[in-house]
Amino acid sequence: MSKDPHQYWKKNLQYLAILLVIWFLASFGFGILLAGPLNGIRLGGFKLGFWFAQQGSIYIFVILIFVYVRLMNKLDHKYEVFEE
Amino acid sequence: MTVQLWTIIIVGISFAIYIGIAIWSRASSTNEFYVAGGGVPPIMNGMATAADWMSAASFISMAGLISFSGYDGSVYLMGWTGGYVLLAFLVAPYLRKFGKFTIPDFIGERYYSQQARIVAVICALFVSFTYIAGQMRGVGIVFSRFLELPVNLGVILGMAIVFIYAVLGGMKGITYTQVAQYVVLIFAFMVPAIFISIMMTGNPIPQLGMGSTLADGTYLLDKLDGLNEELGFAAYTSGSKPMIDVLAITAALMIGTAGLPHVIVRFFTVPKVRDARTSAGWALVFIAILYTTAPSVAVFVRTNLIETVSNKSYADMPLWFSKWEDAELIKYEDKNGDGIIQYVKDPKVNELTIDKDIMVLANPEIARLPAWVIALVAAGGLAAALSTAAGLLLVISSAISHDLLKKAIRPDISEKGELLAARIAAGVAVVFAGLLGIYPPGFVAQVVAFAFGLAAASFFPAIVLGIFDRRMNRQGAVAGMLTGLGFTIVMILLMRSDKLFGTEEPIIKDFMKISAEGIGIIGMFINAAVSLIISRITPPPPDEIQQLVEDIRVPSGAGEAVRH
Repeated sequence: MSKDPHQYWKKNLQYLAILLVIWFLASFGFGILLAGPLNGIRLGGFKLGFWFAQQGSIYIFVILIFVYVRLMNKLDHKYEVFEE
Repeated sequence: MTVQLWTIIIVGISFAIYIGIAIWSRASSTNEFYVAGGGVPPIMNGMATAADWMSAASFISMAGLISFSGYDGSVYLMGWTGGYVLLAFLVAPYLRKFGKFTIPDFIGERYYSQQARIVAVICALFVSFTYIAGQMRGVGIVFSRFLELPVNLGVILGMAIVFIYAVLGGMKGITYTQVAQYVVLIFAFMVPAIFISIMMTGNPIPQLGMGSTLADGTYLLDKLDGLNEELGFAAYTSGSKPMIDVLAITAALMIGTAGLPHVIVRFFTVPKVRDARTSAGWALVFIAILYTTAPSVAVFVRTNLIETVSNKSYADMPLWFSKWEDAELIKYEDKNGDGIIQYVKDPKVNELTIDKDIMVLANPEIARLPAWVIALVAAGGLAAALSTAAGLLLVISSAISHDLLKKAIRPDISEKGELLAARIAAGVAVVFAGLLGIYPPGFVAQVVAFAFGLAAASFFPAIVLGIFDRRMNRQGAVAGMLTGLGFTIVMILLMRSDKLFGTEEPIIKDFMKISAEGIGIIGMFINAAVSLIISRITPPPPDEIQQLVEDIRVPSGAGEAVRH
């Protein structure tokens, strides 16, 4: 196990890259760029593209932040930079 | 009991609570005044951030705006929430580790430059003042509509309340008041939304009600699409803005949110780096409750409105209609003289104009909810406006007392002197903000939306590059901020020249189909590009600055030795 702060930072950047791709897909992707085709699919009374733009993207944002919180808390412990 | 009496009681109780909290949480040091002593628990900070963030515009105007623009309104929903992801990922934890009081503090130290600090102070003041004028106006409107006080008296009352808790308590007083204000505003927003959702769809959760069926078995959204199209409007669930503009506005709002000083500074108040991350998550939870409800309210109120007014006789309109007519926020002009309201897209035939801002305030009346619900909405609107105003006042006062006075003009000032200066600056700023509310310069409404564009084009790249690019130096950051800001300001002035300078047509209509609201994103890219290029052809930042960057990237441990 390494305690090198550069490794810690690299791992952080990896997490960020993955989570930001999801962030982009949920909003700009499904909510805007692909909203037209997705509107052909229905989720109850919602057209799917419209649902992502006005509801789904927001739920995903919340989840993303808490996933990041968890990942980083673990990483902080692993690299012994967790603040007591 | 009448609506007015209920309003006096509910607003009175909420104000008494705010003042009580202010007295209990007086600030006694600059640390408490600027960042509440750095001891705010993450959930509480999340709530305070949510109240700080959700302004009169979020509470009063947003649902109405969406109601009239349908899918196009999604830019506000995604834009004003997606920014919190960026805050949690790219900004908040690192600035918390940096551990100072203000954004100009960070810009000034990271770029080892008094100039950069001053540029940041000017941006912070400009953004905050344009924003606060709108809040005070919102306070005045709520008072005048619900208590039938003159708008100006309403503004003065609002000023007095903010004065008490912002000047006495600083960030500490503001934080705990904002927690109370969040509770008031979310309750006030949800109660009518739940009522209406049950009435229209039988589902008590508005987020689900929006996608449910009506009594006649058709889906609500399908019904609304049909109603809209019948009257010549675009279908509610599909937009009419160009896609590139929707992308640009959403991005500009997201990035602007992550660059707004009064939001960022809230993350300086939590005890630890990981609390800054968690607290951004909680903030978004509390914001999302309102932001996922608002589009449902928009759908309910639009359907209700069309069914109440379209092709109905003017003489049969309910009481709220004439009340808002008196306030000149609804206008009816019987063009064909048949006494029936034609509400359609075509401006030659359309006879009804409705101000978007009244939809949330009028919603309980349109749906015939009880008087106490209407009064609650008034208290909620006030809580939203006052909490945002207080957060902005703190940014203004700390920019003056800390960044200008302590860091630039008189570094030898004592802590007591600085605290006194902070209180005086907050006091003066309250009065100034109130004056802007009483005598709103015509351009305020035009400029408020652009506070985001300017924050996106100035602060965001300077902060993020300052953390993620160790090689970024003073020359790059200053050149980037100035070009990004310059481009955005010039573009906005040109695109809004009709409203700002009275030219007949805007000098340019759009920039590659991107409107003034979204132009900040182009400014942001220009800023980042210029910063990166200039920084690579000028000397790297000094060693101790590179060390500072290493230091803020880790919560503790490795960087501990060089903590300032």
